[in-house]
Amino acid sequence: MYGNGYISPEETAKQKPDPLAGEDLQQLALFEERIARGEKIEPQDWMPKEYRRQLIRMIEQHAHSEVIGALPEGTWITRAPSMKRKLALIAKVQDEIGHAHLLYNAAETLGKSREAMINDLLSGKSKYSNVFNYPATTWADVTVIGFLIDGAAIVNQVINAKGSYGPYCRALERICYEESFHLKQGHDALVHLAVGTKEQRAMLQDALNRWYRPIIHFFGPSDKASVHGTLLMKWKVKMASNDDMRNQFLDQYVPKIRELGLDFPDPKLNKNAEGVWEFSDPNWDEFFATINGNGPCNAERLAVRRWAEEHGRWVRKALINPSQKQVLPLS
Amino acid sequence: MTPALYNFILKTADDCFILGHRNSEWTGFGPFMEEDIAFASMAQDKIGHAWLLYKMLDENAAAAETLAFKRAEKDFKCCHFVEQPIGEYDFSLMRHFLFDHADQLRYEMLMNSSFEPLAHFAKKFKGELKYHTMHADTFILQLGNGNEESKARMQSALNFCLPLALGIFEVYEGEQEIISQNIFAGEKVLQEKWLEKILPIIKDAGLQMPDMATLQAVNGGRHGFHSDYLQPLLKEMREVVDAFPDAIEW
Ligand SMILES: [Fe+2]
Ligand SMILES: [Fe+2]
Ligand SMILES: [Fe+2]
Repeated sequence: MYGNGYISPEETAKQKPDPLAGEDLQQLALFEERIARGEKIEPQDWMPKEYRRQLIRMIEQHAHSEVIGALPEGTWITRAPSMKRKLALIAKVQDEIGHAHLLYNAAETLGKSREAMINDLLSGKSKYSNVFNYPATTWADVTVIGFLIDGAAIVNQVINAKGSYGPYCRALERICYEESFHLKQGHDALVHLAVGTKEQRAMLQDALNRWYRPIIHFFGPSDKASVHGTLLMKWKVKMASNDDMRNQFLDQYVPKIRELGLDFPDPKLNKNAEGVWEFSDPNWDEFFATINGNGPCNAERLAVRRWAEEHGRWVRKALINPSQKQVLPLS
Repeated sequence: MTPALYNFILKTADDCFILGHRNSEWTGFGPFMEEDIAFASMAQDKIGHAWLLYKMLDENAAAAETLAFKRAEKDFKCCHFVEQPIGEYDFSLMRHFLFDHADQLRYEMLMNSSFEPLAHFAKKFKGELKYHTMHADTFILQLGNGNEESKARMQSALNFCLPLALGIFEVYEGEQEIISQNIFAGEKVLQEKWLEKILPIIKDAGLQMPDMATLQAVNGGRHGFHSDYLQPLLKEMREVVDAFPDAIEW
């Protein structure tokens, strides 16, 4: 799913005093001209070290988010309440794993292996989208995730698909195409609860209440410093500020929830005269605590992934035999 | 529809439905991403087939939901093999191999069924099933011939699965009628074709076939007597539906 705001490059300035130290300035000028002209950078092309580093970090985090993102919804596959919902949910979660697969491949073109990335995920070194550290406690959560979290992911991914790195853009284009189906099935399932019995509707409102804050957190804290003219914007690694993306999301989705006679638990959530959405302080301390491993489900999510890695090890070991070519059907 | 035909379609559908449910449990937990995706897509096919077969029993859309979500455990006609928990990948792969070869052959035989909707159905999904057995064969061959551990695991999975797999072919109520009306040539015929098909693959995988004469089929499912695993599976599947008795739609 889920490139989110936190899955974004780090601000170079915070990280290194001179990210361009040692670069060939002539090559750099050519590289920047190409990007300015709207050309895509391909794996074999020259690129600054900092560009490579930031892209690996971003694509890898995005891939991890797809893998981990499959878990909260995945636990509902066996409990989906109708044949149609069951089939749609399996297909959706399957797609998310497919997205991870595409993204790991895209990141590998920059020189980090899938295995190394997965090891960094399991050791807690690499991050993934914060929203997946919250539990999906009822069926209504599945519909809120399908509609709103996938909706937020689409906002982010459509914007990032216009970036400069060719393999990432192409993966994102395909992902966005599939995401539009996720959004449709999420919306359909959510509307069925909204127009259902009193109890179904109450379950949905409860889920909206619980997911409101993680959704506001989704795009990450304000990054005012980076809005214009930073290196990463110039290189088209970062395509929009976190606030702009969040605002676009709220503008598209808040009315859709209110249309259904439902709402988010924030009296301050409103669009001001300048067309900018305002909301209450979402407690960014909680966001940072979760990102740093202390959210409600961090440990559980990684434990599940580790279980799968450990129990599948014998299979992977037995298949490492280059003389036998594998036939791996992808749907 | 005669009771015999109803029973025949129902047990076929129940096998697909319950195995689809089991296979869907692998989504996100496979030994590598490609296998997550493969098991998820097989699960969709199986559940999709079951849904179509349930609808064959009653065109009313709500009836299929009732069959899946409201029916009593004793009214299910699936075999014990599909009810077993997914266990480790070795068991799930072996079940997929043994079951899907029987399934594919069943549909091949049904292509000539005198009951037109089944013949039509069988032709339509022929390709899909071929794809599943191809997937199973690939991995059985590779893991059987892999390393010591994978070979040992696949051999014990085979030994464990075979008696359960024989339960696929259990005689059911009305079978004679189904055979004499040329709806389906019968479970005995299917079992023979199945053995012919799987034996060479098992051999190529470097695995030993246990002595069939000593194996006791795990039967009962076709008559509504199930393993201890079916009831909890159904309970989990119906958790949401049961908690909202007044809800009409989801
Ligand atoms: Fe998605
Ligand atoms: Fe996705
Ligand atoms: Fe699929």
